[in-house]
Amino acid sequence: MSDENPTPQATDAVAPASPATTAISPRKVPLLDRIPVISHFRQSVGLQRGMLVFGLVLSTAFIIVALFAQWIAPYSWAQRSVDGQDFGTQQPPNPLNIWGTTVSGFDVYSRVIWGAQTAFFAIVCAVLFSIFLGIFLGLVSGYFGGWLDRILVVIADAIYALPSLLLAIVLAIAISGGQSSLWSGILSTSLAITVVFVPQYFRVIRAEVVRVKAEPFVESARVIGVPTHRILTRHVLRNSTRSIPVIVTLNASEALLTLAGLGFLGFGIEATAAAEWGYDLGRSVADVSSGIWWTAIPPGVAIVLVVLGITLVGESINDLSDPRLRRRRRAGGAA
Amino acid sequence: MVMLADEGTAGTPLVSPKSGGMWRYILVRFFLIIPTVIIVVTVVFFLTRFTGDPITASLGGRLPPDQLAERIAAAGYDRPVIVQYLEYLSGVFRGDFGTTITDNRPVGVILLTYGSATLELAFYALIVALAVGIPLGLIAAAKRDRVPDAFLRMGAILFYATPIFFVAIVLKLIFSVWLGWLPVAGRASTRTELLLQRVENPTGVYLIDAIRLGSPAAISDVLWHAVLPGLALGLLTAGIFLRLVRTNVIGTLGAQYVTSARSRGVNEYRLITKHAYRPALIPIITVMGLQIALLLSGAVLTEKSFEWKGIGFMLSEYIKARDFIAVQGIIIMVAIIVAFTNFLVDIIAAMIDPRVRY
Repeated sequence: MSDENPTPQATDAVAPASPATTAISPRKVPLLDRIPVISHFRQSVGLQRGMLVFGLVLSTAFIIVALFAQWIAPYSWAQRSVDGQDFGTQQPPNPLNIWGTTVSGFDVYSRVIWGAQTAFFAIVCAVLFSIFLGIFLGLVSGYFGGWLDRILVVIADAIYALPSLLLAIVLAIAISGGQSSLWSGILSTSLAITVVFVPQYFRVIRAEVVRVKAEPFVESARVIGVPTHRILTRHVLRNSTRSIPVIVTLNASEALLTLAGLGFLGFGIEATAAAEWGYDLGRSVADVSSGIWWTAIPPGVAIVLVVLGITLVGESINDLSDPRLRRRRRAGGAA
Repeated sequence: MVMLADEGTAGTPLVSPKSGGMWRYILVRFFLIIPTVIIVVTVVFFLTRFTGDPITASLGGRLPPDQLAERIAAAGYDRPVIVQYLEYLSGVFRGDFGTTITDNRPVGVILLTYGSATLELAFYALIVALAVGIPLGLIAAAKRDRVPDAFLRMGAILFYATPIFFVAIVLKLIFSVWLGWLPVAGRASTRTELLLQRVENPTGVYLIDAIRLGSPAAISDVLWHAVLPGLALGLLTAGIFLRLVRTNVIGTLGAQYVTSARSRGVNEYRLITKHAYRPALIPIITVMGLQIALLLSGAVLTEKSFEWKGIGFMLSEYIKARDFIAVQGIIIMVAIIVAFTNFLVDIIAAMIDPRVRY
């Protein structure tokens, strides 16, 4: 460590000069530079670009598998036999079931493929719900202030004190009594994740809104009589969303981890209703003790790859938006 | 920090340090716990009642309807929900978190019986996290954007990306099943557990009990059982600490006093470990405190994976039995513990940071 030549390291940070100007005149920036991921890709160099590309490849592969699961998976998620021939239970990998079968006699490979679909829908629902609710509440709370703001802040902080998995458990009880079919399962999991994440979006958006609303341009808009809803959507919201792409990716990966955690504890989606990676892992704990690895490794690796892909994209965007990596970066980003 | 950071516009604390000093800050911050507890109890209570009364949820289908109704009436669940809610809320403030349906035990007793196991696990995990996360974070900061940094960051992301129960499964598969080096599950072997029961006034923390017993065999057995669970939970947290230390040290490394120290010829090692690391500690400590919530979530999953009989293991057992009174009580208790930890963290941060102290 001491043998390094003490050049000031902060100066060689990846800091392309151009994007700094984007905030001033958004209209003149070409479309390509305004789309989050693409603009980040264009700014990136070297290692950073490598991480971003790797993340994008993993994420794209995940989406493709999720959308085309029907054609990729050889069997259905709850199929025990093909052409009258039983798969058998806990069979090691063989030509019929390339990754073996589970304790219930399901094909591991097919369940992993179908699991991508479940995970994809759950992530999309969870992120959409929490973005809309979180942005709406943060905007209203931050802009109008007053007693509503106070109450919402206290509630958001209280919910923040609950470990997210435990809150998700409570919500899973409330929404479905703990067991469910595909869509009610996805819905209850995503609602559970939503309630966990809304406080986070709320806090970030609210803090930005409070900052932006003190800017002169908001005041001028108010003075010339722009209606409130227009100030909110056009002047305040547009200038408060810069950290959203990072939170979206962080929350997408947390959504998947929460879904899997719920499934692992037996709170997810029933095995016959849909394939879910966390549930399969929960069932495989007993298998592992007797040396059966093929029921545990594939769904686990699937989770790791998807979360890794999404997180890499998020990390890269985060670093690129803030090249000098000041403390603004959400330090507990993985929480 | 959580409670206060949003109140001001730019992260300034709600309680201005000028307006009365440390004691006032502590007092106000303490009273902010109360609304947190009330909100948590309210949210959890009404959500778990959403699907109906807990007796039907737990025993429905297994008892004839008239017996079921009798039990519901005996437990008072046929009264208006709002009455039950107020009763439960006042119970919480007296330390009564309800009584489980399946085995009729007060939830508080469950905390006392199994809390020590969770505490022990969290302690091992914290040691692993600190021992791995901080040095590696410093290395990553020192070698920023070069090969070691890239590897360490990828590793940290990988650990974050891996669900804790999958880490547990993989560790178990490799070290217990294939190599046979370490035990598969549990907190100690049966022989040691029997031995430990002879300790007077057991603390429940097996390591302490084993040391008091003075038996080297028991101590090594307990530690041997702790390796995998401690690693599984600790590595997750280590990944977070690594990123945290790296980010904050890079931040302070860019500060002018570091540059001036460097120009005075302070060597790079000392620059990192003293000049840049010390001031970076304040945000690190705050966020580490906030990781308690994550650590407890992780403990639930780790305990289930390793049959480590702590609060998290009991929680998953009660979930399986659909004993929602127990689930509700345990979750509320955990939330209160988290709220108190956050309070302590804020106070510690205020004591360390001179800007808050005066």
